Amino acid sequence: MLTLETLVPTVASGSFVWAWLLIALPLGSAALLLVAGKAANAWGHWLAVLAPLASFALALVYFIDLLGRPTAERSVRDQVYSWITTGGWDFSLALQLDPLSLLFLLLVTGVGSLIHIYSLGYMAHDPNRRRFFAYLNLFIAAMLILVLADDYLVLFVGWEGVGLASYLLISFWQERPSAAAAGKKAFIVNRVGDLGLLLAIFTCLAMFGSTKFTVVNAGVGQVSSGWAAFLGFMLLLAACGKSAQVPLQTWLLDAMEGPTPVSALIHAATMVTAGVYLVVRSGAVYAQAPSAQLAVAIVGTVTLLVGAWIGCAKDDIKKVLAGSTMSQIGYMMLAAGIGPAGYAFAIFHLLTHGFFKANMFLGAGSIMHATDGDVDMRHYGGLAKVMRITFVTFAAGYLAIIGLPFFSGAYSKDHIIEAAWEQQPVLGALALLGAGVTAFYMTRLMLMTFFGHKRWREGVKPHESPAVMWGPLVLLALGSAGLGMVLNGWIGRWLEPIGAEAPAHASWLPDFSNWLSFAVLGVVAVGVVIAWLVFGRRPVPDQPPQQVSPLTTIGRHDLYVDQAYVSGIAGGTYALGNGLARFDDRGLDKAVDGLGLGAQGAGWLARRWQNGYVRSYGLTMLIGLLAVGVVLILTQLV
Amino acid sequence: MNPDLYLVLAAILFTVGLVGFIIRRNALILFMSTELMLNAANLVLVSSSWVQGKLDGQVAAFFVMVVAAAEVVVGLSLIVTIFRARRSTSVDSESLLKG
Repeated sequence: MLTLETLVPTVASGSFVWAWLLIALPLGSAALLLVAGKAANAWGHWLAVLAPLASFALALVYFIDLLGRPTAERSVRDQVYSWITTGGWDFSLALQLDPLSLLFLLLVTGVGSLIHIYSLGYMAHDPNRRRFFAYLNLFIAAMLILVLADDYLVLFVGWEGVGLASYLLISFWQERPSAAAAGKKAFIVNRVGDLGLLLAIFTCLAMFGSTKFTVVNAGVGQVSSGWAAFLGFMLLLAACGKSAQVPLQTWLLDAMEGPTPVSALIHAATMVTAGVYLVVRSGAVYAQAPSAQLAVAIVGTVTLLVGAWIGCAKDDIKKVLAGSTMSQIGYMMLAAGIGPAGYAFAIFHLLTHGFFKANMFLGAGSIMHATDGDVDMRHYGGLAKVMRITFVTFAAGYLAIIGLPFFSGAYSKDHIIEAAWEQQPVLGALALLGAGVTAFYMTRLMLMTFFGHKRWREGVKPHESPAVMWGPLVLLALGSAGLGMVLNGWIGRWLEPIGAEAPAHASWLPDFSNWLSFAVLGVVAVGVVIAWLVFGRRPVPDQPPQQVSPLTTIGRHDLYVDQAYVSGIAGGTYALGNGLARFDDRGLDKAVDGLGLGAQGAGWLARRWQNGYVRSYGLTMLIGLLAVGVVLILTQLV
Repeated sequence: MNPDLYLVLAAILFTVGLVGFIIRRNALILFMSTELMLNAANLVLVSSSWVQGKLDGQVAAFFVMVVAAAEVVVGLSLIVTIFRARRSTSVDSESLLKG
């Protein structure tokens, strides 16, 4: 097996010297759109669609190039320029194209382009369309910096860049107070995770004198296990923030305030998976820190259950999908926490999830487009007949996420559950349970949205979306259905150079040599049947029922984590702030006022001397003169 | 001749000037009183120079005269300007600049 240390990046040559264009194109387009102002209103969105498409074409060229090389040469380092050189530290902005970053490159630019095209239709009537597309391009550029960096510090630039783009896009409809608050919440919660990444970067600088992946990977074996574990936990904290993992998961549900294409691109397919990327990229660190690795797996398992729980209780279609995103990223983190045996599966699930979740989010956007922006599933029902294309494409995503054999999710999720079962049976069993819950809430979503009787509001006449919207849906649906088959036999070997172990089973056919595969199918079937018994057989109530089990109540309130944070952590800060404000009001302010009053009084006294009469000034001078004379005479006498 | 008499004369002149400066209101009179005090000081300087047989006091007296001449230029022009503006040279009416 090739490991990270033996895979030496080759210096970029040929077409690879143009790799910086991957980032420069969307970044330049974003800058142009923002600077040009209203002049770009008419054509800005077309430019914004072309930029990621061009990056995608370039990424395809590089992918095919690397595909044709021997395994040991599949890593290219393209030095762009020397960024900071100070003392013993030397940071250069360099792009690293290796099997892992190439897959991300294709996902980000590919799915990103489709979502840009979809947005042409979805945002057609928004007055701030140009700004929206500029931010989307900014996001693509930042995400590409994140995945192409060969250095934790450069990665951090992209990491903050996607955070900024996410903030700008969540609060895109800034006139809504809830959207503005959601953007702030996402930004602030992400800061906690960023603290972890910063501490990891500082640790790397202190220990290894560099933040380059190659240097850190080589050096982490030499430091004490305590430091390696610290590094691992800090990177996990960073991943928790960006990937909405427990305990920093609260921002993702509110992030659904943003326009739906944003939810699909940033909060489902790409940005939120950056944490998984970080953990897989730092595989060498986790190899030295078994405790941190176990923590990754536990965080993943807890999140996959929490996300699924929330998904079961929500009526807002986007929040169900957000809960499901948390849950699926939990699966990826679980796989990443298993170690090299799971890395390929984590990335595999990340790719398939990128497709089927973007597919379903865009489908949800298409439904919202048809129902005047209504997100409440209790106001849907019976949409399958009026929105055939949306229904069929959504169904492909649905079958993929619940893991029907031959659909893409089946391959990747089965692998994760099996690998978890082998390494940590408890976590494996919980992941198996999660698969059943996933089937339950996704079936609930399908039944409430597309089947049953119509519960449409007055005046809502659902209709199919325009071709510019269903076109991307069809392509994503094809990916949701077929990507698993295509990648299953290949991805393990492809990812071997970055430290992943190739899976034993690798063909395009589903694997039924193991009893666990049947168990997964059985659990999924149970979940589907229960959902049908509850939501398919009986009519869905128009209003959310009030007499529900405590489980549902807790799920509806996001497990009360927000309340706990507000009263627990924010409460102390509020009290401190209020105390300081009172001290400022009553202490400092009064003291400053007193000084002013004192000066005023002294001035009033001094002013009395200046009466404007020359003779009084003359008298003063005389008195002064006499005083000086007396002093002089007295001193002469002594 | 007793040099003390010069000093007595100077003291009388200074006192006349000082009292005039304090009790009179007309700016021109005040001005003249100031000159009187300056010249009383000059008299002391010159007489002590004569007593001690040195030129230092006389040189200092010249300085005082030059300063007095300069002061007259500025002061008189001020008084003329004020008189034009207010038709009066009473210094008591010029108390607008009080604090």
